[in-house]
Amino acid sequence: MNEPTKFIGRSVPRLEDRPLLTGQGRFAADISFPDEWHMRVVRSPVAHGKLVSINPAKALAIPGVHAVWTHEDVAHLPPIGFRLTGLAELEPYRQTVLARDEVRYVGEPVAAVFAEDPYLAEDAAELVELEITPLPVVLDAAGPPGAFDREHSTDAGLIEKISGDIDAAFRNAHATVSLELVIGRHSGVPMETRGAVARYDAATDILEMHGAAKVPHWNRDRLALMLGRKPESIQLYEGHVGGGFGIRGELYPEDVLICAAALAFKRPVKWIEDRREHMVAANHSRQQHHRIRAAIDRDGRILGIDDEFFHDNGAYMRTHAATVPDLAAAMLPGPYRVPAYRARGHIRLTNKTPCGTYRSPGRYESTFVRERLMDAIAAATGVDAIEIRRRNLIDKNAMPYDLGFGTLGTRLVYDSGDYAKLMDRLLEAADWQGMRRDLERRRAAGELAGAGFAMFVEKSGLGPFDKVRIEISPTGAIDLITGVASLGQGVETAMAQICAETLGVDYAGIKVVHGQTDRIDKGLGAFASRVTVMCGEATRQAAVKLRDAACAAAATLMQTPVEALHIVDGAVMRSDGTGPSMRLETLAAAVGGLAAEAEYTSNHMVYPYGAHVVQLRIEEDVGALVIERYIVAYDIGRAVNPMLVEGQILGGVAQGLGGAIYEEFLYAENGDPLAVTLADYLMPTAREVPVVQVMITEDAPSPLNPLGLKGAGEGGVTPVGAAIASAIDDALQCPGAVTRLPVSPQRLKALIRRGIRRSDLATNSAREGRFRSD
Amino acid sequence: MSPSKRVNITLTINGRDYDITVEPRRTLADAIREECGQTGTHVGCEHGVCGACTVIVEGEPIRSCLMFAVQAEGKKIRTVEGLADGETLHPMQQAFMDHHGLQCGFCTPGFLMLAVGVIEREPDISDEDLLDVLSSNLCRCTGYQNIIKAVREGAKAMRRR
Repeated sequence: MNEPTKFIGRSVPRLEDRPLLTGQGRFAADISFPDEWHMRVVRSPVAHGKLVSINPAKALAIPGVHAVWTHEDVAHLPPIGFRLTGLAELEPYRQTVLARDEVRYVGEPVAAVFAEDPYLAEDAAELVELEITPLPVVLDAAGPPGAFDREHSTDAGLIEKISGDIDAAFRNAHATVSLELVIGRHSGVPMETRGAVARYDAATDILEMHGAAKVPHWNRDRLALMLGRKPESIQLYEGHVGGGFGIRGELYPEDVLICAAALAFKRPVKWIEDRREHMVAANHSRQQHHRIRAAIDRDGRILGIDDEFFHDNGAYMRTHAATVPDLAAAMLPGPYRVPAYRARGHIRLTNKTPCGTYRSPGRYESTFVRERLMDAIAAATGVDAIEIRRRNLIDKNAMPYDLGFGTLGTRLVYDSGDYAKLMDRLLEAADWQGMRRDLERRRAAGELAGAGFAMFVEKSGLGPFDKVRIEISPTGAIDLITGVASLGQGVETAMAQICAETLGVDYAGIKVVHGQTDRIDKGLGAFASRVTVMCGEATRQAAVKLRDAACAAAATLMQTPVEALHIVDGAVMRSDGTGPSMRLETLAAAVGGLAAEAEYTSNHMVYPYGAHVVQLRIEEDVGALVIERYIVAYDIGRAVNPMLVEGQILGGVAQGLGGAIYEEFLYAENGDPLAVTLADYLMPTAREVPVVQVMITEDAPSPLNPLGLKGAGEGGVTPVGAAIASAIDDALQCPGAVTRLPVSPQRLKALIRRGIRRSDLATNSAREGRFRSD
Repeated sequence: MSPSKRVNITLTINGRDYDITVEPRRTLADAIREECGQTGTHVGCEHGVCGACTVIVEGEPIRSCLMFAVQAEGKKIRTVEGLADGETLHPMQQAFMDHHGLQCGFCTPGFLMLAVGVIEREPDISDEDLLDVLSSNLCRCTGYQNIIKAVREGAKAMRRR
């Protein structure tokens, strides 16, 4: 018992849970200050129109209503800028915090009411009179572009990723396979709506924003720029965050409004979004229309892939700018060798809610497209769908594998992976052959039952840096301070585990402080499955430094050579177990506290990979899908806490199923949103989500960080649409039947009706060009 | 459109009386959170779908966003703050911790009150019926698997008490 206790790789209980279980959490709406005012946003009821006038008189007449702001009041604020993938040509499409002279989606903020009570603010907002002259709407990103303003069309930009000689690939092809595929509009829809409280402290000239999430430091710096203040004079505080999934914590118009209002009125200003607002105002995502072709040789090996797609970004370019289409284009090749590749993504604006990232941005979409393509190649060549994938997988000996282009400011180089091994392990765990035989028997007996398989590569650990400081106070308390953020994923526990094992203490005694801009000067936050990799390695490095510093300090006091010392269970002692030991708190008290800091930098992402298998049956009468089995295999290099990794995967699968089967933001022909409540936007419940079997593998640790870490946040969701589509095809015995997500009950019933005339359908498909082999 | 006259009511939450003054239109959820300061009850949709605001009123789990505060006067209200016994977690809370039944924790108070309310009323509820009950609340993080596991284990522990 003279070795430091191992914590990495153990499913220890979460440090986060107790306050959340006992009602002691502190979410945005839970924070209040005396004399605060409440903001209610007046939103456009029209999808596109000229904003002629706004009359707040009736609203202002209500006692307790203090102000109504329109664009004139915030004309000095620049539009909200880009955080990632900010192409210069997209800048004219940025959103101002209140609409200037045109409204471009239902839900666009046009005015803000400030009142002493939220009910009152809502009453008043309904009395603000808007005069809007409707303009023609653009709703189909793949259709003809329209006018954004006088100078700019809704065809905002083009993303291109090119490698190899695509023309030669198609010239030399034995056959080509073409598909047209559509992914619906959905989003993260966290259970906590957005919200924040801003407060100006005149005594210290500090503007505080409580309720920050995801990227507090970036938002602080951007708010400083927009409000014309020094960054140090603005502090953001992250409390508990009720889910993020990419959409929460980006800088939105409402965040800027409450900060500007707190400064202007010298009053705390609180804004809590209601659910209807959330459905039309917070970022949407996913909606794309792809036309993809593959050139293949006689054995079904890919010679080239050419994809043209239309990305529907809604009404404006928000903080993510071109991130989602860029990731879709860059990561479409997935785990397969694609010697020649060309992706062209048209970024189009439409009169719908603006878009940003949603968990597995670009990959949920392009994995659906690529895996549909692999199934189509299998059908065209008559080779089994698993075998066709196997033939095209990138070999483990080809690692690191350079795709020849980049994304998110990094070159896309797969760091490690044994894709074939993972495929084999999953198929064996699923008893794929037995499952197929069984399904064949059931279909012969008249059931519509099938199995689907989809494979993918994820990305994680986006740099370029993260920083950690670990402090042991003279009382012995250990604080780990970082600029990353928590969205509920278990950051505190995972970081405490890495720190504890490296330092030689118990993880339960480490307090992890995150999302507080006044506690650390910089940090990049929580997105892109980056926290465990970037903050994890920074934590390990800081803990190594602190351990060495503690041993050095103890060496003098214990009159022992430093090389002979290490730390076990919070005590400095000789590695050989002999002699006296000294508790860390005693040491810290003696030397007035200890601290160490480390900044980890990395210019390359790390790439986890995985595969999903699903078995389902279709209930023909109602168009319902019943998922009978769902199995996930995911290689994340090294799992710090397998229980938390599994939790991430389970939650991801549920969201993936939502996007594959139930969830969709639909619009009427005039641009009115049709999904504005949780009764229209159908998220899966405990009834719909099946038991999911999770296999976490560690076959390919990342060579880019010493612990071998890769991020685990997104692989649960990535291939769900693709796997479900494949299984529906199989159940209907109709390759290529599914061409769009979600496969709602209505769409499924339409497919079944066509599937009944199965032999006709093959001919129809060929004629429609959805699935063609020549 | 001017706000209606405020009324004085007493809410009894976790055995304690709160004398408050509210508009008749004030929801029970808002009154519990704002007037009574018990912010463990969360508001997720304000239209009765998500169940984050579930509390137990007179032994029944209800959506506190769909009830007015004035309607709850004189009734026994239980919220998540009343589950633990000092430092000792309620068996259902403990089961959620043991089985990783929460991530962001926003839906958790609603699920806890739903589960506790149902198990107290129907300790031997079948797995199928339990699944139906749990499908009345939404969670966006966990995929439900661990919530279901936690509630089954929590129910066993409650039966043993």
